[in-house]
Amino acid sequence: MVTDSSTNWQIATVRSISDESPRVKLFELELSGAVKFRAGQFYDIRLTAPDGYQAQRSYSITSSPDDMGSIELAVELISDGEVTSYFHEAVEVGEQIEVRGPIGGHFTWNPSLPKPVLFIAGGSGIAPIMSMLRHRRSSGSHTPALLLFSVRSYADILFREELEKMSDDDPGLKLNFTLTRSAPPDWSGENRRIDREMIVAAVEKLAGSNSLPDRAYVCGGSNFVEAMGNLLLDTGMGLRSIRTERFGP
Amino acid sequence: MINNKFFGRRRPEPPRPIPPGQYLEDGFPVLSAGPTPRVDAATWEFTIEIEGEKAGTWSWDSLNALSQTDVHTDIHCVTKWSKLDTDWRGVSIDTLLDDAGIAAPTGFVMASCDGGYTTNMPAADLINGKGLLVHTYDGEPLAPEHGGPVRLFIPHLYLWKSAKWIRSLNFMAQDAPGFWERNGYHMYGDPWREQRYTGD
Repeated sequence: MVTDSSTNWQIATVRSISDESPRVKLFELELSGAVKFRAGQFYDIRLTAPDGYQAQRSYSITSSPDDMGSIELAVELISDGEVTSYFHEAVEVGEQIEVRGPIGGHFTWNPSLPKPVLFIAGGSGIAPIMSMLRHRRSSGSHTPALLLFSVRSYADILFREELEKMSDDDPGLKLNFTLTRSAPPDWSGENRRIDREMIVAAVEKLAGSNSLPDRAYVCGGSNFVEAMGNLLLDTGMGLRSIRTERFGP
Repeated sequence: MINNKFFGRRRPEPPRPIPPGQYLEDGFPVLSAGPTPRVDAATWEFTIEIEGEKAGTWSWDSLNALSQTDVHTDIHCVTKWSKLDTDWRGVSIDTLLDDAGIAAPTGFVMASCDGGYTTNMPAADLINGKGLLVHTYDGEPLAPEHGGPVRLFIPHLYLWKSAKWIRSLNFMAQDAPGFWERNGYHMYGDPWREQRYTGD
């Protein structure tokens, strides 16, 4: 059964687990009722200990809305995170977990938005943007897009091979990875935090020299998103064309 | 449903209960749907409207010239964190209504902000000391990313109702959904009844 939305708790079953980076695992969850979602939305998960203690957290969907029946969530291990450590250390294939969703309606993208779109991700902030890029691919969209993706090191470029293949297959999608802490000796890409110069270059590459992207999506840690929002406002982009999502404190 | 291998981090017991599904946070996370708008207190202006008709206007200076109220309270964000013992200073909505000579409104209110954000609530949740415009947090000017120079503050509801960068309150007979309320979030947002999303 496919429904449009549900905020009731349901039991999901873990179908597969994979290591996406040293600190991020992907979990494919099979849902009892396949629920339509929009790229960029998230699910709440709820864990209950044998003594009744509960913890809830939100995780962005990384899979495309075109993949029905299951969702993929990316979970980054956070030091002393009670929920992320459970996911990384205890959860096995077949495990059942309470979830509800999809939730969130502003930080979403769909292929009917045809104008150039700029995506800026910091670390695991790629999660909801990955859903948007996968949706762009699976829907056959040719919306010009550029992903500016800032991570600490080469191993932290989540979904690197898939992103590179997407971009190789479609010149309308441009990628710009930047490594902020360490880079391999043969690294030819950027190796500093995203700064004004990098943003201006990305905007020009995407929209041309006298134009601005129609919309920007920024996701990452709070300080990262704050800094990116300010740099985008400096380019002349309007407040309402910049959508943000912040992870964690 | 029990997760047999889950035990939780066993945080210290909160000194008093927090709403269901929440966890204690020592920091002060920032959550906004867009970038932080650039709001200049020198040109900032706040308006109260009744059914869209202007009924009172305040500048930064005239707001600060009114009687100030200090609030010590706990805050609860729909993204699951709660923060205890926060200190705020500002002007109660009662004081603003008095200053403009407006009788206590009934019905509903829509808060509107720089950046286009809106949120709705019953008028009763803003009056009788329940709602304020705040400009000071923990003794310091409210930081821009937390809604400075001035944000609405309604601590008994989830924090998305405490609209950052507030510019107007429009009192109206009919309720209408604001920004998050149109995007799947609850019309009222009582943390103690865990009214996070539409249908909760």
